[in-house]
Amino acid sequence: MYKITLKEQLTKDIKLMGILAPHVVKNAKAGNFVIVIPADNGERIPLTIYDWDVKSGVVYIIFQEVGVSTVKLGLMNAGDFVYSIAGPLGRHFHVEKYGNTVVVGGGVGVPAIFPIARALKDAGNRVTSITGFRSKDLIILEKEMGTVSDEVLFATNDGSYGAKGLVTDVLKSLHDKGVKIDLVVAVGPVVMMKAVSELTKQLGIKTIVSLNALMLDGTGMCGGCRVTIGGKVKFSCVDGPDFDGHLVDFNELTSRLATFKAEEKISLDHCKIHLAGR
Amino acid sequence: MAKKERLKVRQQEAAERIKNYDEVPFGYDDSEALYEAARCLQCKNPTCIEGCPVNINIKEFIRQLASGDTAGAIKTIKESNSLPAVCGRVCPQETQCEEKCVLLKTGQPINIGALERYAADWEAKNLKIQASHITPFLGKDGKQVKVAIAGSGPAGLTVAGELAKLGYKAVIFEALHLPGGVLVYGIPEFRLPKAIVKREVDYLKTLGVEIETNVLIGKSYTIEDLFEAGFEAIFIGVGAGTPMFMNVPGENYKGVYSSNEFLTRMNLLKAYKFPEYDTPVKLGKKVAVVGAGNVAMDSARVSKRLKGVEEVHVIYRRSEKEMPARHEEIEHAKEEGIILDLLTNPVEIIADENGFVSKIKCVKMELGEPDASGRRSTKAIPGSEFIIDVDNVIPALGTKANELLTTNVKGLKLNKWGYIDADPETGATSIPGIFAGGDISTGSATVIAAMGAGKKAAIAIDGYLKKINI
Repeated sequence: MYKITLKEQLTKDIKLMGILAPHVVKNAKAGNFVIVIPADNGERIPLTIYDWDVKSGVVYIIFQEVGVSTVKLGLMNAGDFVYSIAGPLGRHFHVEKYGNTVVVGGGVGVPAIFPIARALKDAGNRVTSITGFRSKDLIILEKEMGTVSDEVLFATNDGSYGAKGLVTDVLKSLHDKGVKIDLVVAVGPVVMMKAVSELTKQLGIKTIVSLNALMLDGTGMCGGCRVTIGGKVKFSCVDGPDFDGHLVDFNELTSRLATFKAEEKISLDHCKIHLAGR
Repeated sequence: MAKKERLKVRQQEAAERIKNYDEVPFGYDDSEALYEAARCLQCKNPTCIEGCPVNINIKEFIRQLASGDTAGAIKTIKESNSLPAVCGRVCPQETQCEEKCVLLKTGQPINIGALERYAADWEAKNLKIQASHITPFLGKDGKQVKVAIAGSGPAGLTVAGELAKLGYKAVIFEALHLPGGVLVYGIPEFRLPKAIVKREVDYLKTLGVEIETNVLIGKSYTIEDLFEAGFEAIFIGVGAGTPMFMNVPGENYKGVYSSNEFLTRMNLLKAYKFPEYDTPVKLGKKVAVVGAGNVAMDSARVSKRLKGVEEVHVIYRRSEKEMPARHEEIEHAKEEGIILDLLTNPVEIIADENGFVSKIKCVKMELGEPDASGRRSTKAIPGSEFIIDVDNVIPALGTKANELLTTNVKGLKLNKWGYIDADPETGATSIPGIFAGGDISTGSATVIAAMGAGKKAAIAIDGYLKKINI
């Protein structure tokens, strides 16, 4: 059992949580993820590490309540204990001096690009962050992204903050303005990562994406997270989660992510009935 | 002369058991165990013991059972085997102790497995687990000498138990949230109830063994971290966990699960109790398991028990004679109505318009001459393609080395398949103080083989630690 040290509501359905887990923190690096089980009959849910503090042993995650497990996790509070947290998992983000870098985050993908932006900046890169949200009230980590970026740009679908449109529009306009971009890192919904990768492929900019495949153990044992990269099957838990965006078969990923769509609804309904009965 | 016949273990009828996940064999009752134990000839030179990878004093424990001293029998077993309730159930006795029983030539070898299980279950029912008093083995600094064990499967549990008995502080690090490795994620409830694994693990805890779950050696802590934290030796028993696929088109369609994924969903995460448990599994009416080892039989039989599943196929490219699964498992599968599609090999998986599996295209095979390994080669019969309608495909084709730990240790010598190059007699690796055993050094094998390797490694680790501490 692992103590929840902090819980903050960032938007209606996005929460920040700190969990005491020195074993996760000791060797954590940008791009790693954890697997959390809220309670003992729960699912193993992979979540990207947002931040960590070696001194206190606390790891921070930010998650959106989209299914039964994240809803259950969201109901827990500081002082409660999660049943299990394992990590750090996955290959960490490979940091080097690229030059001018752009990190692109969409929605709940923004917490995943935060440590990557920080690592890139620490390595002497110029970092421009482009974060996209549906509207102004859904913006998260505005201040935090500012601390790890030379510049933060926003895109909202309704134009209520920053540019009206998508992150790809902002990225495209950067390029059109003549900004030379050496690396793009994109984390967010699959459609966003796909769109960014398609754009940068045209523009000839190296692009890394972080994939959110379904998985169980996160150690290479189940193979449920297999993705096709440049025609080869890889396990996103141990070979990734970062891959060359120009080589990812996003359509297959989208399809596989929908494997349990019907079950996810059953599960959430079951959980809601149970909660209503309390 | 043994005048009596080997006593079969009573078991759940097939029609009944495919509706539940309860254990298939009931195990002997007291009088049945007495009967079977009394059949033992008590050979002067008992060959059965040589057949046991951990050399249980089989002759002695059966003598004790026959004389009514069950407490003595379990004590005898536990001198050599920390996990008798597990081994009595999942060991392939027919190729080990029972194959060496002199009564084999009469066709009626002693049912050693059932007797071992009886003794272990009797203990669980009648004796309370009591904390053991073991004198700690102290190092030069006056503190108990610590050993780290990566992986809590059969190899790791054995090493921990043996070293704890010798006075070492054994700490097991397990990547998953429950200890037991393949015993909890792989072997189904109806072959090995998880309560039994828990009981065996609890017994190890009474010996002073500590288990830290959710910790991945190589990730959470590196090997260097462990040495720095004061562990003086490390045993790596992380298994060969990476599933192999067929590499045919369509293998990434929805509804294809590796046997590892399927069994982990069902056994470790209890997807058969969904939605009470949150982890789902989605099987349609027809399931095809590919492969013919024990894991394939497990996958097929677990599928058969899931509500809504009507037809389960096992697709195998050779004939029944070559099936690598235990005879008992194949028989159980057949009794349960599993369809064997033999001399058949998948060539493609076909999906419906939503990307869910709908068919599997196979080809008929014929057997050729035996190859270097003695197994008969196979050849596809041209033009023999045919289609089976299925909703799921579960490849159960074996596993390969999981590189998560091995590739993160500088200087650790691996063999050409990526397994750790460890001395089969001692488990010693290319790095002093690091030992390895079980599937991560041999490739996929049995629970008892991993335990045998663990036992040898424990002896070697003891020798190593005594040398550096005295």
